[in-house]
Amino acid sequence: MSPFLPAFFIGDARSHPEKILGRRTPLYDLHVSLGARMVDFGGWDMPVNYGSQIEEHHAVRRDAGVFDVSHMCVIDARGARVREFLSKLVANDVAKLKSSGKALYSCMLNEQGGVIDDLIIYFIDESFFRIVVNAGTRDKDLAWMRKVAAPFGVKLTERTDLAMLAVQGPNARDRVAELLPGEHRAAALALEVFAGGQLGHWFVARTGYTGEDGFEIMLPADEAAGVWRALNARGVKSAGLGARDTLRLEAAMNLYGNDMDENQNPLESGLAWTVSFEDPGRDFIGRKALESLKSSGLGKKLVALVLDDRGVLRGHQKVVAAAGDGEITSGTFSPTMEKSIALARVPRDTGATVQVDVRGKLLNARVVKAPFVRKGQVLVS
Amino acid sequence: MSNIPADLKYTKSHEWVRTLANGNVEIGITDHAQGALGDLVFVEVPEAGKSLKAGDAFAVVESVKAASDVYAPIAGSVLEGNPSLTGSPELINSEPYGAGWIARMKPNGAPAGLLSAAEYQAHLAAEG
Repeated sequence: MSPFLPAFFIGDARSHPEKILGRRTPLYDLHVSLGARMVDFGGWDMPVNYGSQIEEHHAVRRDAGVFDVSHMCVIDARGARVREFLSKLVANDVAKLKSSGKALYSCMLNEQGGVIDDLIIYFIDESFFRIVVNAGTRDKDLAWMRKVAAPFGVKLTERTDLAMLAVQGPNARDRVAELLPGEHRAAALALEVFAGGQLGHWFVARTGYTGEDGFEIMLPADEAAGVWRALNARGVKSAGLGARDTLRLEAAMNLYGNDMDENQNPLESGLAWTVSFEDPGRDFIGRKALESLKSSGLGKKLVALVLDDRGVLRGHQKVVAAAGDGEITSGTFSPTMEKSIALARVPRDTGATVQVDVRGKLLNARVVKAPFVRKGQVLVS
Repeated sequence: MSNIPADLKYTKSHEWVRTLANGNVEIGITDHAQGALGDLVFVEVPEAGKSLKAGDAFAVVESVKAASDVYAPIAGSVLEGNPSLTGSPELINSEPYGAGWIARMKPNGAPAGLLSAAEYQAHLAAEG
């Protein structure tokens, strides 16, 4: 047996004490004690599962699960001109952030319109916004952001003192609320979708990456293990990055590095909804390139595929269609649908059916409307 | 620690071989292999009659997270692929050395070049 796909998924940190150590989150020891299979993920030793990825996936769709996402990078941006800075930095418009706690999903682009990273911005007050970027892109993101921030006098601070837990699933918010003191409990449960707030030591936000309701909690690193155990004691299942990937793909949420990168623009990555051209005076980085692309005509689009034949779609497989060839950007087996699903970048004119080259065999797939699954419900046939 | 039954033979690529009473062999992937792959969701088993050289890729196992070739540990011809795996690929996770067998083969001569359980154990430790 020999794996021909992601090397970072194969391996077991417990049996490799001599291996060069990856970075560890404050929850590393807890994961190991819970029997997690630890793998290298972008230089971090992270839990891929705690036994069964599929059981963890179902727990999130049906009840509640908790993920360690402390490897993600929390950056506090402070300064009198921080809104102006973000207005330049990202393709979505931070003018949409009007009330404290509100969050915005966006990409930051290079001058060519390519995606440097996708991120979430929380508006705290006019001199303080909090930004969360991906783990694997942390260094280049910070370098880029510092360069853009300098003329605005904005100070960027990495919050390595914080751990981050994602508690997701239909019962996730209730389970988290049970851990909060009375005065914060009601406030947490009152949070609107895509909004957060500072509740004592914790910054609690109603955000996530699974297609389910839930919270993401940023909290002091030394509190994280206790909170994790308290959630476990209330029936919240420990869930690894494996389940996180199948959940996000069922929700048709892009993964940076797979579904878009610096060579792809958001308009051809299913992310047009995150680009705001409305304010003609807002000169965000990459705007000119995107406008020029729009006027010359976009050649590609990101679509959602369901495989009708038996097999499993995987990243980089070739998509064959009448309109021309494309490529799977993310593919997996959907535990909820018990079928294979994928995101694929294909020619703009691609119709309703395609074929995918899976190890030399052409298998039949259908283009469907994303997402595949949301809030426990399968939305495609 | 993964389970390595003493009565089976192994390959460095994590297949196991059981010699049956009639001289035919049963082949599967090891407990270590299924653990590394995670939940199995699709298995492509070989068709009966297929002639194989040792080292030929003859089956594919796919988990939620990765696809892997399975290599023939010995030369011979395929007698049958395990029909249960089409509907229940998870048998490889639950019973890698039992109901999760992948194929039965008629070997060309006596199986050679395989690892004992102790040698496979040492290989796993070294591969670590």
